[in-house]
Amino acid sequence: MRITPLNRILLLVTCLLAAYQVVMGINGLENVPIIAYTIAFGVLLVAGLLIIILGYEVLDSPIVVMVSTIIPLSLSLGLIWEHVAGLRLPYLVFALMGFMAIILTRSIRMPKRLPTFVLTLVHGVAGMIVFLLPSILAAQGNTNPGFGLVGLGGALIGLAGLLLYFLKTGKPIVSRQIILQILPGIFLLMTIAFVSGFALA
Amino acid sequence: MAILHLIRGKFRAYLPLIKSLQTGLLLSTGVAGYMSAHTAPDFGILLSLSVSLFLAISGSTILNMWYDCDLDTVMNRTHNRPLASGIVTKREALWLGLVFSLIGVGWAFALDGLYGLVVLAGLFFDVVIYTIWLKRRTSWSIVWGGISGGMPILAGRVLAIGHLDLIGLLLAMSVLFWIPTHILTFSMRYFDDYRAARVPTFCSSYGFEATRAIIALSAIIAAASIGVAGVMIGVQAGVLRLMAVLSSGLLLLSFASVFRPSELVNFSLFKYASIYMLASMILLSL
Repeated sequence: MRITPLNRILLLVTCLLAAYQVVMGINGLENVPIIAYTIAFGVLLVAGLLIIILGYEVLDSPIVVMVSTIIPLSLSLGLIWEHVAGLRLPYLVFALMGFMAIILTRSIRMPKRLPTFVLTLVHGVAGMIVFLLPSILAAQGNTNPGFGLVGLGGALIGLAGLLLYFLKTGKPIVSRQIILQILPGIFLLMTIAFVSGFALA
Repeated sequence: MAILHLIRGKFRAYLPLIKSLQTGLLLSTGVAGYMSAHTAPDFGILLSLSVSLFLAISGSTILNMWYDCDLDTVMNRTHNRPLASGIVTKREALWLGLVFSLIGVGWAFALDGLYGLVVLAGLFFDVVIYTIWLKRRTSWSIVWGGISGGMPILAGRVLAIGHLDLIGLLLAMSVLFWIPTHILTFSMRYFDDYRAARVPTFCSSYGFEATRAIIALSAIIAAASIGVAGVMIGVQAGVLRLMAVLSSGLLLLSFASVFRPSELVNFSLFKYASIYMLASMILLSL
């Protein structure tokens, strides 16, 4: 399916917002969250550029599953490091091990259910953190209420991840055409939510 | 009305001769070289730089196309170009190339002697050394093509600060080593065309595997040069982070072309390399 001009524009705006977030960073943070957020938005930027350049053909690559995990994993690592000091080291280990496990289970022949189980576990935990942590912090008044938008971005990234997963497994709940039509819009909304959420925090 | 129609027709025929995307990209490096000095820009000089560089780059491109007309006729990809298809005569192209080049270089010398010298060097390396002397003899001609490609950014830097410096040389080096990621991926994509025209390329001389390794190595050096130049220029930490992100994309695609070679990866690298260079130039100018 060819990428439409409108979807190219949506992706371009997504890339520009991601580039903006990489440049602006988040003031007063330590190195680890800065690196984690840079990786998350950097991956989003490069992936967006590749989709603009090559169209949806890129999404057929086997590395999409691995790359799409990097975004929630690094975002969740940044959030944990910033807001839950007690879990910093355990979560860093989880993120690194989880990512390695996804690469391994996707690169070597494995029992059929293991790669799916690993992906669901790692993606699920990271996605829940990105969705729940900012929402809870904002609801409790520990941060500016606007920070809750990061949680909304988390919900959207979960949706995008789910759609990509269905696309890869070839068993979509909605057709491939619809997924590809709405994906750039979801990416943009997700990035707007993240960037504005971090700005308002 | 008839004259207007004639002018419009000529303009349409001449426009492809200057390879507007390539010329635009090289022009952007020149502007970035000037802006990299981070002094208050003189818009009059910036305009003169843009026009003189545009004319010199376009002139050398037209002269290149004039000289390579016989090759373009043989190659599938280029046989529709205005010269190869006979829309523009060789004589017209030669005159156009000479006029553009002379005005561009003359304007550059009028602006500043050293700047003019660098612009002239770029034109000389591209037309005489690369196109006329080496292109049909050795695949290593690309080095000289790369050096001439690095001249606009060096020229811009020289015009801004008045002398050659390490940053300018690093910037020129970044373009020199960026060029293989662009040209070699292109020569792999159109391997049969180059073979039909008997133009030696790295892939015809050393094979695809070695060419991919050279592309990856060049990408590392290009990214390192642009990064070090960025640090020495004193660009903000955030901008450096973004440059690192974009460089990572270039490196990942280069490594992917070595370890997971495919037409898709090769074409991605070719396209991404142009966006990378343009984005890096914008960032260096900030």
